Amino acid sequence: MSGQAGIVVVGASLAGLRGAEALRLGGYEGPLTLVGDEPHRPYDRPPLSKHVLAGELAADATALPQRVPLRACWRLGSAATGLDRRAKTVRLADGSSVAYDKLLVATGARARKWPGEGAGLGGVFTIRGRDEAAALRAALARASGRVLIVGGGLIGCEAASCCRALGLPVTLVDPNATPLARALGTFVGGTLAARMRAAGVDLRPGTQVRALEGEDGQVCRARLADGATIAVGLVIAALGAVRDTDWLAMSGLKADIGGLTCDGACRAITRTGEPDPDIFAAGDVARWPNPLYGGRLVAVEHWGNAVEQAAHAARNMLNPDDPLPYAHLPAFWSSQFGLNIKMVGLADGADSVAIVQGSRAAGRFLAVYGRDGRSIAALSFDEARWLPAYAERIAVGAAFPPIRGATDQPAVETRAPGFPPPRPIPTDRGRMPEAAHA
Amino acid sequence: MRVVVDLNRCQGYAQCCYAAPAHFELRGHEILFYDPAPPETARARIERAEQACPVRAISVEPAGLAEEDAP
Amino acid sequence: MPEDTLFAEVLDPRNRADPYPIYARLRRTPVARQRDGAYVVSTHAAIRSLLFDPRLSSEDLPPSRRPPTGNPLKDWLLNPIKNRIANAHRPLIFRDPPDHDTLRGFVMSEFTIARVNDLHGRVAALVDGLIETCRGRDTVCLVDDLSYPLPVAVICDLLGVPEQDEPQFHAWATRLATALEPDARRDEEARRATVETFDAIADYMRALIRQKRRQPADDMLSGLARRGTRDRPAMGDVDLIATAVLLLVAGHETTVNLITNGMLTLLRHPDELARLKADPERAPRVIEELLRYEPPVHFRSRKTLGDIAVAGATIPKGAPVILLFAAGNRDPERFSEPDRFDPDRADIQHFGFGGGLHYCVGAPLARIEAEIALVALCRRLRDPKLLADPPPYRPGASLRGPENLGIRIAGIL
Repeated sequence: MSGQAGIVVVGASLAGLRGAEALRLGGYEGPLTLVGDEPHRPYDRPPLSKHVLAGELAADATALPQRVPLRACWRLGSAATGLDRRAKTVRLADGSSVAYDKLLVATGARARKWPGEGAGLGGVFTIRGRDEAAALRAALARASGRVLIVGGGLIGCEAASCCRALGLPVTLVDPNATPLARALGTFVGGTLAARMRAAGVDLRPGTQVRALEGEDGQVCRARLADGATIAVGLVIAALGAVRDTDWLAMSGLKADIGGLTCDGACRAITRTGEPDPDIFAAGDVARWPNPLYGGRLVAVEHWGNAVEQAAHAARNMLNPDDPLPYAHLPAFWSSQFGLNIKMVGLADGADSVAIVQGSRAAGRFLAVYGRDGRSIAALSFDEARWLPAYAERIAVGAAFPPIRGATDQPAVETRAPGFPPPRPIPTDRGRMPEAAHA
Repeated sequence: MRVVVDLNRCQGYAQCCYAAPAHFELRGHEILFYDPAPPETARARIERAEQACPVRAISVEPAGLAEEDAP
Repeated sequence: MPEDTLFAEVLDPRNRADPYPIYARLRRTPVARQRDGAYVVSTHAAIRSLLFDPRLSSEDLPPSRRPPTGNPLKDWLLNPIKNRIANAHRPLIFRDPPDHDTLRGFVMSEFTIARVNDLHGRVAALVDGLIETCRGRDTVCLVDDLSYPLPVAVICDLLGVPEQDEPQFHAWATRLATALEPDARRDEEARRATVETFDAIADYMRALIRQKRRQPADDMLSGLARRGTRDRPAMGDVDLIATAVLLLVAGHETTVNLITNGMLTLLRHPDELARLKADPERAPRVIEELLRYEPPVHFRSRKTLGDIAVAGATIPKGAPVILLFAAGNRDPERFSEPDRFDPDRADIQHFGFGGGLHYCVGAPLARIEAEIALVALCRRLRDPKLLADPPPYRPGASLRGPENLGIRIAGIL
């Protein structure tokens, strides 16, 4: 199928690697180039905010296994800075260009930096990349003062868990009533809050960090919206991620900080609404109509999606006459405070939640989220053994709650899940969503 | 050598922990902690863990691949 | 042949040597209702789906041949073995969460990684000794010579049963295992014998547990019998005995099949035998493929707690369900060329140890024993040849394996 330029994968990430592997496994024999902004081989991110911060793993131990010979040209350490679809070239930060016949966009996302006052201070960290995690780990290893974590999402909670395991005093500030409120709702988030407090985390829900203040260029104090002032030695900004699409600004593709819009077959959509038959996207950066959620445009920032979507995009790239739609049931895991958290489906928009296995009192339970009488997501706290059964029901949109009369099932009570109101969704590139903390 | 476990798939059966206890560890009820970069000398044990996994969640890089395919 | 009698064919001893063609016919209807009301599930996808379904209960045995009368007391009296074992002294394989989890937690706290892996040397020494006893003979009777005595010695060692009591244990375990087969309750005499065996073994265990409490040793029974602490409550005596009996029977009756089926399969595939002999590192792949291709346990039974829709069918609430693991293991929708023994296949996801919350506790030990035994047999038996193919089979359709396996050899290396 290919000309001389072959296939270029932008993003030497999990999705980029798995996409490249899938191309070779799918029989692609032509030239293959992998472009990455970091100098590292593709590495695994989930351990960074867990075992790397805790000091159990070195940051460079996270390189991903490569399962087949790629025979690739690696362009590591030079970020893509532009895309010229007419010339079919990708411009790199070092000024060179890489020509492509087909392109797989897998540039993922980057951590949102602390946007408010005190942004330039030393001692303020983010966790997304390997180098960021290594720097934070080094700082934690010599830290003595209180660690302030800004944001109670998955990464913030995992970081809080590591810091407590290291014996450091921790304050976690989040504008919602409980941690993980956006992902899980406050009903479930409340159980995690109790666990965090039991582990010694100073949890400050329902407020925001107004400003970070420093001495000699080092952060030393945080001022909160509720008037409180906290002396801090180190700050972790865990404010979520923005998709890495800056380099696509002039490409004529529909891209913004919410992702690169694709059609159902993972092909990038142009500003005129047509798919570009030679450009595909996968992983965190890709926003596509998921048939399992009524064709709603979603971007899924999770490990399992990177793996599956990359393989799917590669398959469609090699079979242009037979593009298959990508249907994906999102799933993620997290471990924190000795607890294994797993989720399948998308809970946002849920109007109800019910504990269907185990109990909150026992600390092990499985909850299902419903919307308009259908089951849309399931969450497990240390009760993952039943998750496959519930995942099957969610994939087919079974009635809520989906499984009745089961073993170890409490009297099923439906509750309000307690999701905060949605944040404004950015549509135009360059415009940040309402900053939650500034 | 390089190893990665698909923790969406992992169900905490702990078979890898018996096969290669120095490299896989179950914490709490179902948290798997593993060494993603074990020494090449542990390959036989790691592959034993890979084979024993009831949900086939463990991926192991074939010997020599990383070097041969180095960036 | 109507599908609603296919499972009766599976149970028919005449089909013991090769049940796989019947399994293939069963798979055409992934969930096949049998005349007695049981549902046989035979495809990989449907079995996997049900293994994770919390509406499938283990708190029951397959129905007796006698239909239920509707009077619980009468049913209990009609079916005393089932009730004796399953209800009065239910071990964890016949329990659901949360009880199951509590009991399994006790077992796992003693079935530690260190304790299991420490058995390597002991297993290797036992295997060497057992093979050595065959020196000077031109025939090995594999079950008697190795497959049976090895797991017996290992489980007794692990539990802490004195060596001199092993022969007695062996006899008990054999009798108890036959009681687990679906057709075992037909024979009145066998039924009485099982009850007597259970009483005898329970009495023995009670005494042994008392002794372990007086003089604890580094074995599982001493650990399980330990008095409770604030963090770890003690196990009740009834549960303790049921658990000990379960471990004993499970330790006896499954590994013997894994080793014997394994050697039978390797002898039927001499190229694979030669490869394993030349490269013992292949053993883990060989064992996993054996667990798919000739699993020691062919099926297990469950009961539905609600209507369950699976594979286009609906199993009604209260129905017995037979999960036909060995048929799922040969499902062509899941495995290419499923009837070919191929340790190099990419993705051996089998039901050889079941799956879900009842996944075999002893799996790591079974792997160690089978690996050491099969590698040693391949390396040390000179020019082994099957004396009879197929070999004679034991009656069990679920715990399926040869009665014995005669192997002609040219000597011991």
